[in-house]
Amino acid sequence: MSEMLNSTSEAQGSTSSQSGRVDSINEYEKGTSLWSDAWLRLKKNPLALTGLGFLVFIALACLCTPWIAPYGYEEQNLLLGASPPSPQHWLGTDTFGRDLLTRILYGGRVSLMVGLIATSVALLIGVTWGAIAGFVGGKVDAVMMRLVDIIYALPFMIFIVLLMVVFGRNLWLLFFAIGAVEWLTMARIVRGQVQSLKEQEFVEAAISIGLSKWAIIRRHLIPNALGPVIVYTTLTIPSVMLLEAFLSFLGLGIQPPQSSWGLLISYGVESMEEYPWLLIYPGLTLTLTLFALNFLGDGLRDALDVRASKD
Amino acid sequence: MLNFILSRSMQSIPVIFVVITITFFLVRFAPGGPFDDEKSVEPEVKAALEAQYRLDQPLFSQYAAYLGDLAQGDLGPSFKYPGRSVNELIATGFPVTAELGLYAILIALCIGGISGVVAALKPNTAQDYVPMSLAMLGICMPTFLLGPLLILVFGIWLEWLPVSGWGDLPGDKILPSFTLGAAYAAYVARLSRGGMLEVMSQDYIRTARAKGLPERVVVLKHGLRGGMIPVVAYLGPAFAGILSGSFVIETIFQIHGLGRFYVQAAFNRDYTMILGCTVFLATLIVVFNLLSDLLAAWMNPRLRSQLGGNQ
Amino acid sequence: MTALLEVKNLTTYFHTRNGVVKAVDDVSFTVKSGETLAIVGESGSGKSVSCYSMLGLIPSPPGRIEAGEAWFDGRDLLKASQAELRQIRGSKIAMIFQDPMTSLNPYLTVGEQLIEPLIFHHKLSRAEAAEKARSLLQEVGIRDPEKTYHAWPHEFSGGMRQRVMIAMALIAEPKLLIADEPTTALDVTIQKQILELVKEIQQHRDIGVIFISHDLAVVKDLADQVVVMKTGRVVERGDAPSIFNCPDHDYTKKLLAAIPAGSKASAHDTAQMSHPLLSVNNLVTTFADRHSGDRFKAVDDISFELQRGEILGLVGESGSGKSTLGRSVLKLAQSDSGSIVFDGEEIQDLTAKAMRPYRRRMQMIFQDPYASLNPRMTIYDTLAEPLVLHDLAKGPQLNKAVLELMDDVGLARAYVRKYPHEFSGGQRQRIAIGRAIATKPELVIADEPVSALDVTIQKQILELILHLVDKHHLSMLFISHDLAVVRVLCDRVMVMKQGRVVESGLMESVWSSPQHDYTEALLKAAP
Repeated sequence: MSEMLNSTSEAQGSTSSQSGRVDSINEYEKGTSLWSDAWLRLKKNPLALTGLGFLVFIALACLCTPWIAPYGYEEQNLLLGASPPSPQHWLGTDTFGRDLLTRILYGGRVSLMVGLIATSVALLIGVTWGAIAGFVGGKVDAVMMRLVDIIYALPFMIFIVLLMVVFGRNLWLLFFAIGAVEWLTMARIVRGQVQSLKEQEFVEAAISIGLSKWAIIRRHLIPNALGPVIVYTTLTIPSVMLLEAFLSFLGLGIQPPQSSWGLLISYGVESMEEYPWLLIYPGLTLTLTLFALNFLGDGLRDALDVRASKD
Repeated sequence: MLNFILSRSMQSIPVIFVVITITFFLVRFAPGGPFDDEKSVEPEVKAALEAQYRLDQPLFSQYAAYLGDLAQGDLGPSFKYPGRSVNELIATGFPVTAELGLYAILIALCIGGISGVVAALKPNTAQDYVPMSLAMLGICMPTFLLGPLLILVFGIWLEWLPVSGWGDLPGDKILPSFTLGAAYAAYVARLSRGGMLEVMSQDYIRTARAKGLPERVVVLKHGLRGGMIPVVAYLGPAFAGILSGSFVIETIFQIHGLGRFYVQAAFNRDYTMILGCTVFLATLIVVFNLLSDLLAAWMNPRLRSQLGGNQ
Repeated sequence: MTALLEVKNLTTYFHTRNGVVKAVDDVSFTVKSGETLAIVGESGSGKSVSCYSMLGLIPSPPGRIEAGEAWFDGRDLLKASQAELRQIRGSKIAMIFQDPMTSLNPYLTVGEQLIEPLIFHHKLSRAEAAEKARSLLQEVGIRDPEKTYHAWPHEFSGGMRQRVMIAMALIAEPKLLIADEPTTALDVTIQKQILELVKEIQQHRDIGVIFISHDLAVVKDLADQVVVMKTGRVVERGDAPSIFNCPDHDYTKKLLAAIPAGSKASAHDTAQMSHPLLSVNNLVTTFADRHSGDRFKAVDDISFELQRGEILGLVGESGSGKSTLGRSVLKLAQSDSGSIVFDGEEIQDLTAKAMRPYRRRMQMIFQDPYASLNPRMTIYDTLAEPLVLHDLAKGPQLNKAVLELMDDVGLARAYVRKYPHEFSGGQRQRIAIGRAIATKPELVIADEPVSALDVTIQKQILELILHLVDKHHLSMLFISHDLAVVRVLCDRVMVMKQGRVVESGLMESVWSSPQHDYTEALLKAAP
């Protein structure tokens, strides 16, 4: 259909070529780049926008926690015990009389940080690895991807549990361990992208113009591979956060007195019969955040048209 | 086909070997020996214990001896349960975990598969949105939150189902199986929807319709085979996820399965138990990865005839 | 004779987010049994949609039939329910499609797919159906029906698959066969066989055929009646001789004129000149087979010379190695042995870096205008890149040079800051040509530059290429599967088959008296 609409403009294109002799190109109408196209599409997706808004809200709240939190992190009010939500304590207090909202905000700092740092680790390793394998190709690619296949076949969840057991519950080890699992998928995606882009005729055209390898990577490969990387980064963050929560729940992740949403949920489970709000509010916060990230990721995928990125 | 199975199996052997080696040395390098906490232990007794578990020998001969035992299927004695071998412990725990995992995967495939196909048949209608929103919820709600919530609602408030145990009370298998299967049902639903959408837009579906075949035949005979390939390829990772998910489920529902043993062994620093369980679970996961790869390859006639030589 | 199918005022709209597209707008036509109706038009003209909509095969939404009637067998197809249409599809009206590679289900054996219409429409048992399927496979020219019956689609070439598709369409003995561009994806020699098969079947079984094509030349020997469509409307209809001999409508005339014919006006014998621009000797390029790992020779011991100012045609079917030869010459593919001498200097052994200065002097135009432009760069960036890289222009001069390139390739200067996705295929190919001539190269290799384009656009691009070769004194290696296109453009021609040159010579002498059997087959196959 678009072909039909285009074929009418074809005629105009070839006939009006002699009109206007302007030398400054800035006077001509600007085209719509694929990026601005994607932004326009994303703006029409209410779910993704809501997700984005929620994430910005949560991130800001967690960032500013020390200044905006209504109570101190360890501030106890033993008289209150575990009290249900009230005007003083919006989300209630835990069994030590600590304000739940405050603890959720502090926990969010850790959960989000784990999400971001571990994802960055995965991003850094995965993109570098995948890009090299895809671009160099041949034997190097075969060896590198074979290695990824082997690591992929390792039962990683069990290894992470093992690592945490052996080396103790160390936050940095956790970042490293989670990042080390998640980079594999990123490497595969980037390598696939680079490989298919490399065979595109516009890259061959760039070679035949005489562009150097780095110029081709910078000008032709990276801008085109960026879309999928952005999308999968957005989708990696929730799975990383889930992993952290899983480990913390088992008691193998974040260690008290530090807190994370997974740990709060685990405390909530212990007393959920008497004080269900201690389970429900941290659970709700985590679930909503993951929701928002996934909706944003899906929205980005549609907007950047990642699956159908043939041209 | 036989060649393919053989070559893929051969590839799995180094993976399993790597797993055993890494696990063995990780455990041995862990700070703190298993008998350190027990202050009452006399030095002589400790030495005798260490001799019994070969801890007094050089590391590499320990490793060689372990491999030798392993080759005979012997995972060694447990540190913390004197007189019981790791084999026995696995033999008591694993049947429970296996049953739980089987139900979970059946639930995932049935619910997920059907709702994914149903959603793909009428994309962007209520028939699509409702199951897909539920699937999104299933992905964003961690098992360790879903489990307690289900207990709270169906076990404590409604008192419909037992909240713990496995095979002790009628209906006590329902909640754990469903909790474990839910997240995977969500993934399967998204994968099968994606696969079906892709396949149903293929030219050969148009050919099938042009032949005047009933829609039921078009979907079930012509669509399903191709559409389910992503799901089959996902079975391996799903299996690994379900096994590690059982750690949480068994903890929440107080089920005496392998997962619970494993987590307890982790806290008790029962090194032979951790080592044995890791080797056992890892081998299992590698084997299932292999099976799901083989199944996916077998479903693709191009691969089947290529790899099978002259089938 | 009564009409087999009578379509009146068929109107189908697509209600998309960007508004209503009138895909089929008030279209009427009639098919009689024993007759072939050709529906001809360019892509997007609504020729396929009109046939799909009367059989209930358009995606709905967004497609919707707004008005019209389609009388077949005493009933109006447009008013029939899906269940009734299902009874008609595959049994009374059968279809074959454009791309045989994707039209067969890869997950089912050929036999399984063949017998389905018999089982569902004629309620035959599997054994009876299989019997019939085997004899039909024989009829459509498949040598080993027994083996074919149990084979998978991927084990066959495109031509064989199209034969299977035809057998599948005929198996329930339909009265009307709709063939939607059935030969567009095939090589010319295979195309000729399939066209002959369709004609034979039509006469033998006395059925009606609707033959949809973008190419008037293809339907010339086949059609009894012709309908010409443009942007959803019928612009001309009539019997075949009158359409071909005295077309009425301007658009039909344009389509007819676009069929490549005639030879290059100024063709001259350049083979004798002393200093060739390019001289290739005993070039061999091999590839590893993806599955078996064996190396096969895509380019097998090829030698040729290209004179300055000459356009040398390189003709062959898919898989003949013609593209690999083009890429090898530009060192986009690494060749194994032989020599490539460009302007007196050996470039075969040069490293990628040492090759760079030569890149300015030799350029390539690619086949697929959708893949050959970086989607994230504006036209300005695409055209400026080679100029900046080779230090040919800077600042205001750069702007001027880019705008002059736009003039050169016939694109409005106002488009210079747009992105590739905002252009049609023909316009994109103009941009790609602009990039190739930006550095004022001496040698241009054009790899099937028009085969992805509609005929009328194809004609414009060919004219543009001729004009630019003349204006900038280019030498060109023009790769194509179409001898007629090559004849319009080239002075000399080489014919390639399975990695080797089987014939070469002056275009006109090869055209009028081919020496090799394969060249003769190619010439005969050309529609």
